[in-house]
Amino acid sequence: MYQYFYDLTGNVIISGLIVAIFPLVNVLLVVLIGVYLERKVSAHMQDRLGPMRTGWHGTLQLIADFVKLLQKEDIASTETDKGLYNIAPVLVFTGAFAAYAAIPFSSKLIGSEIEVGIFYVIAVSGLVVVSILMAGWSANNKYSLLGAMRSAAQIISYEIPTALVILSIVMLTGTLSLGKMSELQTAYFWNWNILGGAGFGLAKFLLIPFMVVGFIIIYISTLAETNRTPFDIPEAESELVAGYFTEYCGMKYAMFMLSEYGNMFAVSAIVSILFFGGYQSPFGYLGNTLNVHWLIPYEQAFWFLLKGWFFIFVQMWLRWTLPRLRVDQLMSVCWKYLIPYAFVNLIIIGIISLL
Amino acid sequence: MNYYDIIFYLFAIITVGSAVFVVTTRNVIYSAFFLLFTFFGVTGIYVLLGADFLAVVQIMVYIGGILILLIFGVMLTNTITNVEIRTGTLHLLPAAIGVGVFMGAVVSVMIWTDWKSQPVANPVTTTKSLGYLLINEYVLIFELLGILLLIALIGAASIARREKE
Repeated sequence: MYQYFYDLTGNVIISGLIVAIFPLVNVLLVVLIGVYLERKVSAHMQDRLGPMRTGWHGTLQLIADFVKLLQKEDIASTETDKGLYNIAPVLVFTGAFAAYAAIPFSSKLIGSEIEVGIFYVIAVSGLVVVSILMAGWSANNKYSLLGAMRSAAQIISYEIPTALVILSIVMLTGTLSLGKMSELQTAYFWNWNILGGAGFGLAKFLLIPFMVVGFIIIYISTLAETNRTPFDIPEAESELVAGYFTEYCGMKYAMFMLSEYGNMFAVSAIVSILFFGGYQSPFGYLGNTLNVHWLIPYEQAFWFLLKGWFFIFVQMWLRWTLPRLRVDQLMSVCWKYLIPYAFVNLIIIGIISLL
Repeated sequence: MNYYDIIFYLFAIITVGSAVFVVTTRNVIYSAFFLLFTFFGVTGIYVLLGADFLAVVQIMVYIGGILILLIFGVMLTNTITNVEIRTGTLHLLPAAIGVGVFMGAVVSVMIWTDWKSQPVANPVTTTKSLGYLLINEYVLIFELLGILLLIALIGAASIARREKE
C-alpha cells in the first residue's frame, strides 16, 4: 500500500499521510456506526425500538448527533488547568489511533510492517493512560480525578493478563509481527490459533482447550482496558457522573468518544488477529477460485472488518446484559483469577509447543 | 537535509525542550507531564537509530510504567491532601559543580571516543538477535535481574500487607 503510493507520488511524507488516512476513516466510521448500533442493540435487547424518528429506522440519527456536537459551545469551568485540559483530548485520541499503525487490515493494507507489532500496540496504550490521568487531573473536579485514578489502576492491572496471553501466542507463533501472525493462520478456519494454529499433529489438538481459555482471558481483560461495561467503573454514571470526562463538552467530548470507539475496534482487531486469523478468510478466497487475484486483498479487508465488527457487537451484547462490577471485585477478578490462570496457561502452552 | 535529518531534529527539539521545562517549571505535575514528551522524543531517536525493540521498551517501561506511577503518586498527594508540592532550588553551588563535572566528563567522552562510522544501511529488526544474546551470552545477568525484580515485588507486597496487624 505504502509502496504503491510511494511509486505514485514519489514522496515519503505524502504517501505516508495517504496510508494513514485509511485507518482514520475507519475510526470515524466505527464511531458513527458504533454509536448508532449501540443504541439499536441496547434498545432491541431491552425490547425497545431505539431511535426511529430521524430517517429510516433512525439511520440519520448519527448525522444529527454529529452536527449537534460540532456546533456546541465549548464550555470550560474557570478553575481548570487550561493547558493540560486542552491537550488531554488530543493526546487520548493520539494514543488510541497510534495502535492502528501496526494493525494489518489486509495483506496489502498495513500502515507499518514493524517486527515488534503487537508489543508496540501494548506499549502505546500507555499513552492513553497518561492522557486519561491528565484529563482527570486538569478538570479540577472530584469525580474526574476519581474516575481517572480508577481508570489508570484498571488499565494497568488488566494489561498484565493481556500481555501474558499475548506472550503465549508469541511463543507459539515465534513472531511479534501482527502481519506475520495473520499470514501463519492462512487458508481455512482450522488453521486459526483458537483451533491450535496451522499444522496437524498431537500438539494442535492438545492446544485447543488452552487456546480457548487464553481467548476468554484476553477478551475479558481487553474489555476492561477499553473501560466498557461490566468494567466501566471509571465512568460509572450512577457514582461518578461521567468519570474522567465529566467536565468536557462539544468537540473535546467527541474526542474521548472517538478514542473509546477507536480502542474498541483496535482491541477487537487484536483479538481477531491473535486467535481468529486476522484478515484471513475462513473458507478460502473467491479470488483464488475465480483466478482474479486482485480481488483477494479486498476480500481480506472485508473479513477483517467483519471480525472486528463481530467482536464490537459482542462487547455491546455484554454491556447490555451484565451488571457493573464493584471496584474490589474488579481488582480481585484481575489479580486473583485472571493472572494466575494466564500464568498457568502460558506455562502449559509453552510445554505443548515444545512437544 | 533529508527527511531523516528533519525528523531527527524535530525529536531532538522535543526531547531537549521538554527536558528544560521539566527542570524549570515550578509545578510538579507539569514536570511529570513534560517528562512524557521527553520520553517520547527519546523513543523517536531510538527509532531513527534502527533500535525498534528498544524504542518500544522505552515507551512500555518509561511511559507505561514509571511515568504513570510518578503521576499517580504526585496526584494522590497533591490534590487530595491539599498540600502544594513545589519544586525549588537548594544548594545551588554544589549542584552547579556536580553538574559541571558530570557534563565535562560526558562531553570529553564524546569528544575523545573513536566513533565508528558506518555507511547508512536499512535498519534490520533487532528482536531476534536481542533474544539470542539475552538467553545465550547474558543469561546469568538476565536471570539475576529477574530474581531481583521478583524480590522487589515480594517486598512491596509484604510491606503493603503489614497494615492489618
